[in-house]
Amino acid sequence: MRWRGRPCIPAGIRACPIRSAVIDQVIDVLLLILLVITAIAVVRIKSLFAVVMLFGIYSLITAGIFVVLDAVDVAFTEAAVGAGITTVLMLTTLARTGHKQAPARHSPALPLTVVIITGAVLFWGTQDMPRFADPGAPIHLHVADRYIEAGPEEVGVPNMVTAVLASYRGFDTLGEVAVVFTAGVGVLALLGVRRRRKGDGDG
Amino acid sequence: MVLLGQFNYWVVFFLMMTGFYVVIARGNLVAKIVGLNIFQTSVFLLYISMGKVAGGTAPIVLADGALYSNPLPHVLILTAIVVGVATTALGLALVVRIKEAYGTIEEDEIHAKDDSL
Repeated sequence: MRWRGRPCIPAGIRACPIRSAVIDQVIDVLLLILLVITAIAVVRIKSLFAVVMLFGIYSLITAGIFVVLDAVDVAFTEAAVGAGITTVLMLTTLARTGHKQAPARHSPALPLTVVIITGAVLFWGTQDMPRFADPGAPIHLHVADRYIEAGPEEVGVPNMVTAVLASYRGFDTLGEVAVVFTAGVGVLALLGVRRRRKGDGDG
Repeated sequence: MVLLGQFNYWVVFFLMMTGFYVVIARGNLVAKIVGLNIFQTSVFLLYISMGKVAGGTAPIVLADGALYSNPLPHVLILTAIVVGVATTALGLALVVRIKEAYGTIEEDEIHAKDDSL
């Protein structure tokens, strides 16, 4: 097949599989285990600085899992925004509020009970879910095929995620911009205006 | 990919509950926001796991007859990540503001100060 006059490499993906499915599974499981270890460390470690850095690691491991699960666009967004910007924002907050965390005063029994019950219900809920990577799962049977088959030709972008994001669901992305704008205005209202008032008082 | 069964979903729910536990058991507001983010990231993982197709590849045009993973969850989660960082920024700004008004970001101490007014 040719895309805009240039041949696509490789010529046939079924004829020459790029990756082994077994290796994919092993990497997926290993990264998920690392993720669980990081999450447990976040619960147990007291220093807030360590907690924030562990969250950065957690986001980066998640980005790695996204690559294994074929979501490359999501992976680099998560690595840049989740592991990068969010961690920097949290560190900036820590610089203003301090790294000390007061020892827990309440018994962990009640939250633990709530969490275990909720987790058990969710675990029970997975019984009805389709198996992982099942091509016949309901999520793959509706509009996805239409986007995959017609998307690149209708929009003219080889990346289907970009095609859906910027064209088919363009209004959704416009709404996202509105949300980010509102959040920016909110942050400025909380921090920017107050600083100016303090400056007036000093002068 | 069939061997894996529902392992991904179980891990996702474990991580979700870990984040939930941090939100309700920790008194420190920054730790609560980290917990919320862990919860949120596990939801991203749930969606992306559902979009995977056995033997598929990333949804970027390759060749006729190539099998792609489902691009729709990817689009939804791209939007969610950006909205997530916006809400996190707003939450952290609130934390900084609370620190300046109360002198602490520990939930118990904030309640104690409110009660003493």
